[in-house]
Amino acid sequence: MRKNGTAEVVAISEDERILGIDDVTICYSDNPAVKNVSFDIARNKITSIIGPSGCGKSTLLRSLNRMNEFISEVSLKGRVSFDGQDLYAKSVDPVEVRQHIGMVFQKPNPFPKSIYKNVSWGPTVNQYDGSIPELVERSLKQASLWNEVKDRLNDSALGLSGGQQQRLCIARALAIEPTVLLMDEPCSALDPISTAHIENLMYDLKSRYTIVIVTHNMQQAARVSDYTAFMEMGNLIEFGETDQIFTRPQEKRTEEYVTGRFG
Amino acid sequence: MTTPAVHLKSISKGRVRWLEPLIHSGLGFCTLISIITTATIVFVLAKESFGFFQEITPSEFFFGTSWVPMFKPSSFGVLPLLWGTLIVTFGAALISIPIGLASAIYLSEYASAGKRAVIKPLLELLAGIPTVVYGYFALTFITPALKVVFPDLQVFNALSGAVVVGIMVLPMIATLSDNALKAVPDSLRQGAYALGATSYEVTSQVVVPAGLSGVMASFILAISRAIGETMAVTLAAGATPNLSFTFLESIQTMTAYIVQVSMGDTPAGGVAYQTMFAVAGLLFVITLTLNIISQWILERYREVYQ
Repeated sequence: MRKNGTAEVVAISEDERILGIDDVTICYSDNPAVKNVSFDIARNKITSIIGPSGCGKSTLLRSLNRMNEFISEVSLKGRVSFDGQDLYAKSVDPVEVRQHIGMVFQKPNPFPKSIYKNVSWGPTVNQYDGSIPELVERSLKQASLWNEVKDRLNDSALGLSGGQQQRLCIARALAIEPTVLLMDEPCSALDPISTAHIENLMYDLKSRYTIVIVTHNMQQAARVSDYTAFMEMGNLIEFGETDQIFTRPQEKRTEEYVTGRFG
Repeated sequence: MTTPAVHLKSISKGRVRWLEPLIHSGLGFCTLISIITTATIVFVLAKESFGFFQEITPSEFFFGTSWVPMFKPSSFGVLPLLWGTLIVTFGAALISIPIGLASAIYLSEYASAGKRAVIKPLLELLAGIPTVVYGYFALTFITPALKVVFPDLQVFNALSGAVVVGIMVLPMIATLSDNALKAVPDSLRQGAYALGATSYEVTSQVVVPAGLSGVMASFILAISRAIGETMAVTLAAGATPNLSFTFLESIQTMTAYIVQVSMGDTPAGGVAYQTMFAVAGLLFVITLTLNIISQWILERYREVYQ
């Protein structure tokens, strides 16, 4: 275990590392939302970022595929690397970044199109050269939605339930065959059964994808993730194996948070 | 400890209650004024048109190809007027729809907040210019400019009318379509960007289709406005009923004809006078139909956003 600023941070070996967050500070105008955060994301693992509302966890997540760029006056200092390459280098095209690092949002946001088109749109604009119908079927199966929608692929996606819509959004993200999947509180708008569905799904997806999930639900982080980062007021307090964070936290703040004494 | 007794009477103390029924009926009466006006207009249009159709058969009116209501031998085929309205409207739509939609897309998807804050009020200002000013603008500027390209252009011509009406309805399309596109939730754009799409792909394949009902409605409202437009078109396109397919000659639209009759010394009561109501009635039916269609499109295709 190495000491990083004031935070306890477990090191991820270079072979395992897929995303590197190195001394990252993110500001809205002049207000820092994320302050000097450093930790790594391990390949084919689930990493969760937890912390109280407004701690900067979503902002940090959105910096991993440059989705913050749609908010004006956001600036990032430090380095985010993907397979060793600087994601924010001048020569890097953010469109290409997002083709490798997909995202699922807090509220299901299917396009007002058919179920089929929701999934096929991404690969179509990305000029996928295989069979798109097969890809759509595979993605819907991976998102364990296929059996529920296979007979009504041409119906509007807006007719699905909230949980189904969120799995559709996951299928849509998987269809561009990303390496990393970012999930921003993907279950916060869902009922417990749909949540269980998506948690099982994440477990199944782990063999093929790296998942980073932001959640305010500590039980969820404890259940699904291999690594957990705890943030508070823009600072990383502790990062380590989930087991250790929840049973033997090194920092007092972490312990207070995971045992429910604040937050 | 007991709760103090409630005195219901005290609630209305000091407030004037007898005014309420008066306010109620007063407000209702104000609303009634516009309803009565509309009903009266429809009644007068129907009554005079009915009188007109006692003299002239509907088939002569709707299918006749010559419009000579004032002189003998007279004929009452509305097709030349309808045609005049149609080509001006068609030309105006051809100009205003692409440019208006492009402006709306620019404003809603590409312009920075600062640029938008300047451009949008300017566009709305354009919509506030009196139409007669547009008419003189057409006569003194557009027609001479077009004459450079088309030397055969008459002083009054359909092309100039179409161009000026197109310019007139442009702000309407731009601002209404911009509103429709702005109403598309940001979460859809983000979802699309997160799939590795470019700005143009997100705009053309996600945002515009999602806002399409509002965009289509703006087109139809603009066309309806173009059909009903009077002053600018009378000044620019002239008063010669003309059924030929040409943009370079003078034509007459339905509205321009109504102006001509109302301004002239046509005696009230005769058939020539009643033509005005028959044409106005037809115009009313066309624009009403278009407005109903645009309402229907808005209702029918309203996206249920999450």
